[in-house]
Amino acid sequence: MSNSDSPKKSTGLHIGESGPGCKKTDPMLVIDHVKKSFGGLTAVDVEHLEIPKNAITALIGPNGAGKTTLFNLLTGFDTPDTGEWEFLGTSLSGVPSYKVAQMGQVRTFQLTKALSLLTVLDNMKLGAKNQVGESIFRALFPRSWRKQDAEIEIKAIELLKRFKLDTKQADFAASLSGGQRKLLEMARALMTDPVLVMLDEPMAGVNPALTQSLLGHVLDLKKEGMTVLFVEHDMHMVRHIADWVVVMAEGKVVAEGPPETVMNEQAVIDAYLGAHQDTDLGVVTGRISIIDQEKDK
Amino acid sequence: MDWGTIINNTLAGLLTPTTIAFALAALGLAMHFGFAGLLNFGIAGFMAIGAYGYAISVLTFGFPWWAGMIVGIIGSILFAILLGVPTLRLRGDYLAIVTIAAAEIVRLLFLTTAFTDVTGSADGLFGYNNSGGFTSANPFPPGSYGWGPWTYNSETLWVLTFGLGVLAVCVWFLWALMRSPWGRVIKGIREDEEAIRALGKNVFAYKLQALIIGGIFGGMGGIIYAAFANVSPGVYVTSITFFIWTSLLLGGAATIWGPVIGAVIFWTLQAFLSNILPELALAGILPVTGTQAATLRFVLVGIGLMLLVIYRPQGIFGDKRELTFVK
Ligand SMILES: Nc1ncnc2c1ncn2[C@@H]1O[C@H](COP(=O)(O)OP(=O)(O)OP(=O)(O)O)[C@@H](O)[C@H]1O
Ligand SMILES: [Mg+2]
Repeated sequence: MSNSDSPKKSTGLHIGESGPGCKKTDPMLVIDHVKKSFGGLTAVDVEHLEIPKNAITALIGPNGAGKTTLFNLLTGFDTPDTGEWEFLGTSLSGVPSYKVAQMGQVRTFQLTKALSLLTVLDNMKLGAKNQVGESIFRALFPRSWRKQDAEIEIKAIELLKRFKLDTKQADFAASLSGGQRKLLEMARALMTDPVLVMLDEPMAGVNPALTQSLLGHVLDLKKEGMTVLFVEHDMHMVRHIADWVVVMAEGKVVAEGPPETVMNEQAVIDAYLGAHQDTDLGVVTGRISIIDQEKDK
Repeated sequence: MDWGTIINNTLAGLLTPTTIAFALAALGLAMHFGFAGLLNFGIAGFMAIGAYGYAISVLTFGFPWWAGMIVGIIGSILFAILLGVPTLRLRGDYLAIVTIAAAEIVRLLFLTTAFTDVTGSADGLFGYNNSGGFTSANPFPPGSYGWGPWTYNSETLWVLTFGLGVLAVCVWFLWALMRSPWGRVIKGIREDEEAIRALGKNVFAYKLQALIIGGIFGGMGGIIYAAFANVSPGVYVTSITFFIWTSLLLGGAATIWGPVIGAVIFWTLQAFLSNILPELALAGILPVTGTQAATLRFVLVGIGLMLLVIYRPQGIFGDKRELTFVK
């Protein structure tokens, strides 16, 4: 890997020994005793977890580890059996999902939710917050919202360009491919001017070339002062951009720390990574070059 | 066969107070189902509440006609809230079940003899257009107006003018709402309400607003119907709800003009069938009696609705790409 294109990692995120539940110098999310069971199955059981501010945190773990369920709990889409959590010092227990989003904590879904029969541009414009024309009374007076709507449109088109969807803006979202919908959902989430972006498998189904530019976007989010928490199974991506990695297994946080250290822990390797993890992965997104490498061996 | 009468009666069906009333109700359903995705099968209940609200406040409480109509509208708003608050948090199909039951409850409450003094029970209510002053508010002097199949006396002309005025305002209102960012949120909710919630919109509040707006249109439909005919509990039955659904799907659920044109086509077709089928029976072409022939039209309506939903779910005016009934 050439050093020039490897991003600058944030360091000094934690206080003391790094390990499950360790303190962070500047936490954005603080989670305590959050537990959720479905019948007899405990899907999430997190004693203590802090997500560092202005950093990129990856949440990894095997299928069914409870990552998506934790996302649902943190964003108010599901209610935990017990536990509380704070977002920038405000308790979020019992706060409805739309209010969580208004506070600047935006999420995407593992199963993409594109608004099929709306145009791509309308999908984007829906993301913008505090729209005057979304009040039923002001909606009747276009003079009150037209200017704001035009500004939102400019912003939406800029973002669409970034995600290479600008040529599709007049099409229904239903006509997009699966990967394009992932991109649209992420772009739409960014329309809300979030503080914390929570992405549930943002790269699933996105082709390698675009993954590379998406990684760039995620890194840009950090540069712009946002905090990113993402779930991802693609270890190259995690290694490349994450400043901090949290590993979940069977609902619990089993390890956390900077990617280089965490991904070498025996527990993590056992629980999740398996054999290939110490292969030199070369370029981050180089799924193809890995295959080449293996052939060369 | 008397083609002259058949054609004349059919053309007359193009513009009647009934057509306008049903166009209004279909417009309400367009708001509910076409734009917000709310499966309301109780639109007849909204119409009943509008009509009875108007008639009762005039007859029992001595309100002037316009105040009575406002009471009818307020009644529809309250009905929407009553229905929406407990059910809008549930999945869409539950709303369908609750609305169909609620509309029946409303009708039976108006039908029961327990409140005969106020509701008139099975006889319904009449005379309110006179005593409330709606008839005397007629600006047209007595006489015959119009031409050919569209010849009206001054009373009918007054109801038509009033009804068309109300319809125009409602169409404008729906159009103005749906082109706004509010309308964008509503359509987004139809597509996926969780996604909208994740973007920070209070989905419940929007759905309730949509239910209320559509309910007002439905109530207005009932009021216009009552301004022409008597108020009778036999009108607001579930089959009326399905007629309105047919009109809506005919024109196109997610369109502004679709429900209006759909209602016109539906009632013109009804007029045509109710004239031609008995004639065909009489002429021996159809092997049924005259009364059977008259009911046959409802069978045909049912078949038509099925074919429509299967082969042209977006309606006549719907964008081919938009609103496919079966996703
Ligand atoms: N609504 C539900 N009802 C019952 N069980 C559920 C529900 N949602 C999740 N589960 C269970 O909870 C566990 C955690 O699921 P979750 O979706 O959080 O996993 P995940 O870590 O996101 O996995 P993946 O990597 O496959 O997306 C699983 O065993 C799943 O079967
Ligand atoms: Mg998941």
